[in-house]
Amino acid sequence: MISFLIRRSGVMVLTALCLTFIVFFLTNLEPNLEKLTKSEGNMRMTDVQVQSWLEKNGYRQPLIKRYGEWLGVSPGWTNTDDEGKTTGRCIRRAEDPENPAKYCGLLQGEWGFSLVFKNDISTIISEKLALTGKLMMWVLIVMVPAALIIGVIAGMREGTKTDRTLSGFSILSTSTPEYVSGVILIIIFSSKFGGLRWFKGTAATAMENITFENFTLPVVTLALYGVGYIARMTRASMAEVMTEQYIRTARLKGLSFPAVVLKHALRNALIAPFTVIMLQIPWLLTGVVIVETLFNYKGFGWTLVAAVGNNDIELLLACSVVAVMVVLVTQLISDIGYVFLNPRIRVN
Amino acid sequence: MERLTALEITTRVLAQFTPVWIGLVVILTLSFMFRKRLGLYGKLLGSPIGTAGLVLVLFWVLTAIFADLIATMDPLTQISGMKNKKPGWPVSGMEGHWYLLGGDNLARDVFSRMVKGSQIVLAIAPAATIFAFMVGVTLGLPSGYYGGKLDTSLSFLANLVLAFPVILLFFLLVTPEIRSTGVPLWLAGVLFLFPIIFFCMLFYSRFREQPNKLAIYLSVTLVLGFWAYSGLAFNKDPLGVFYMDPNLLNIFVAVVFVNSPTVFRIVRGLTIDIKTRDYVAAAQTRGEMPWYIMLWEVLPNARGPLIVDFCLRIGYTTILLGTLGFFGLGVTPESPDWGMTINEGRKLLAAYPHPAFPPTIALMSLVLGLNLLADGLREESLKD
Repeated sequence: MISFLIRRSGVMVLTALCLTFIVFFLTNLEPNLEKLTKSEGNMRMTDVQVQSWLEKNGYRQPLIKRYGEWLGVSPGWTNTDDEGKTTGRCIRRAEDPENPAKYCGLLQGEWGFSLVFKNDISTIISEKLALTGKLMMWVLIVMVPAALIIGVIAGMREGTKTDRTLSGFSILSTSTPEYVSGVILIIIFSSKFGGLRWFKGTAATAMENITFENFTLPVVTLALYGVGYIARMTRASMAEVMTEQYIRTARLKGLSFPAVVLKHALRNALIAPFTVIMLQIPWLLTGVVIVETLFNYKGFGWTLVAAVGNNDIELLLACSVVAVMVVLVTQLISDIGYVFLNPRIRVN
Repeated sequence: MERLTALEITTRVLAQFTPVWIGLVVILTLSFMFRKRLGLYGKLLGSPIGTAGLVLVLFWVLTAIFADLIATMDPLTQISGMKNKKPGWPVSGMEGHWYLLGGDNLARDVFSRMVKGSQIVLAIAPAATIFAFMVGVTLGLPSGYYGGKLDTSLSFLANLVLAFPVILLFFLLVTPEIRSTGVPLWLAGVLFLFPIIFFCMLFYSRFREQPNKLAIYLSVTLVLGFWAYSGLAFNKDPLGVFYMDPNLLNIFVAVVFVNSPTVFRIVRGLTIDIKTRDYVAAAQTRGEMPWYIMLWEVLPNARGPLIVDFCLRIGYTTILLGTLGFFGLGVTPESPDWGMTINEGRKLLAAYPHPAFPPTIALMSLVLGLNLLADGLREESLKD
């Protein structure tokens, strides 16, 4: 188990390095840098001025060196101009300009400075993640029990009318991406067109104060797409377990149907959905971006869109790191959890 | 002129779809008549789920084919005085014309935009899925068959792409800036090579012993392949037949790139399973070359799960294209594709919900049809 963990973590770190490098490369493409220069300097800079600005600010070093600086494994650049004034990657951020730190990157906790929000990125990210965390928590609270209940009820008596209805609902919900269900829900529940004005079509007020009225629609929209998928997986797993010999034995020894389902079937049927739920979290990330944009909830997804739209390179990089880490960590947890839950799997 | 009532709108919309209804009736009647002889497709009609899916998908395919007959207005023309008008509003200055489902924020006909949007979705989604399958199959077969270092490195690459949050990849790959750096071209250059490699290997492994046939097949593949390749990937087609708008190419490449690792994983898993079968051992004993075994023994026997995944994946690609449109990264700013239309409509949702509604229903029903179709196919292929 220990060696499995070490190997798995090693692959994870390697993957994280590769992915962040790709993101670093793609966000630091020439046109993006030019745009950055012009927004930092002024819009009417000539090409020569742009080049010299980039040169002076350390953007003309080899990509791998700059990646190292950003990560914090390679010393930050310094540059002394004609007047003897020294600038450098770590100097503009250090509190004491005389003795700047040698390294200042991600590993030192220096996430950089957002040019659009005019704030430290670590502050922005933690603030926004807290908002998205609240959203995700409610989504999971709604989605997981709903999906498991639907899946178990549909799967325990395969082929019945209940099963058909619930499976139909699951297929419908997997066919409805967030931007479709969100729009339909807003039309039905919050516009004059639908007639019912139960909820608010925007979650902007939910950032300070979550109420039933302003948070229901985003949570339901986000949960709906995942419910169908998890329910289908649970149903398949449950249906398979119900055909096992030990279920028949339990029935034959006289246990009631609910007791069989609750005591014998459920435990084994819930192994597969666990993996699916964990792997669903990265999927939720896309949903979060859509839902936060649609409902104007300024969390992590909204920040990601804003960073892309405003060419805020460092903020986008930070968002990407968080997103990639979320994916990798959930994959790791799902792998370990699967081994832990399923005693038939041995890792060596 | 009077505004149409709800009933009149419904009848007129249904009447507009007449070519589709005729097409549906003809296709379904013929299919039911000959369903004994149609193999898996015939069996599909035996399951209500599969038939429902087929009807939905056929509806949109026929709509895309007859879009010019169905659409009542031009999807891009803006008619003054029609901005945000409610469904069934008469077109000012045109006797006998209505905006059946209302006008959008730029005074264009919502109904015609929805109908025309089906063409865009149904042109890109299946094509992108086919390309993703070509890439996934061409890499997945050897990876599963040979195993070892090749498998380890290819799987690592696939997992790398899969670990990328899809939305982030789209934001990074589908931007106007990235086009000037040539990254999409470079990616297209690599990805579009795979269909050519696939067909060359397919014919080579089959007709290795028959040089005459091989020469014909290979030369046709190579000429056609590289002709299309030069046009699609680099826009350097000497005859100007094959052409892809740079923005479209960008989207297309991104979608193929996102989908192919999953196909790769599926094909690899199936190959690992199938290569232990007796007929593969028999082929090996006969001394067949590995590529023959992979393409002519393993692949045909893996078709069941692959066909099911193909249907699901077209649906998923449709959702992805919609997502791109939703973030304003659609084909062209004016194009009527569903994601873009939803995005434009959602901004005025509180005041005018009608422009956003039709494309959402359209997208949902198409994806639902594809999912039902996949479900029906899965059920039928499990019965064998």
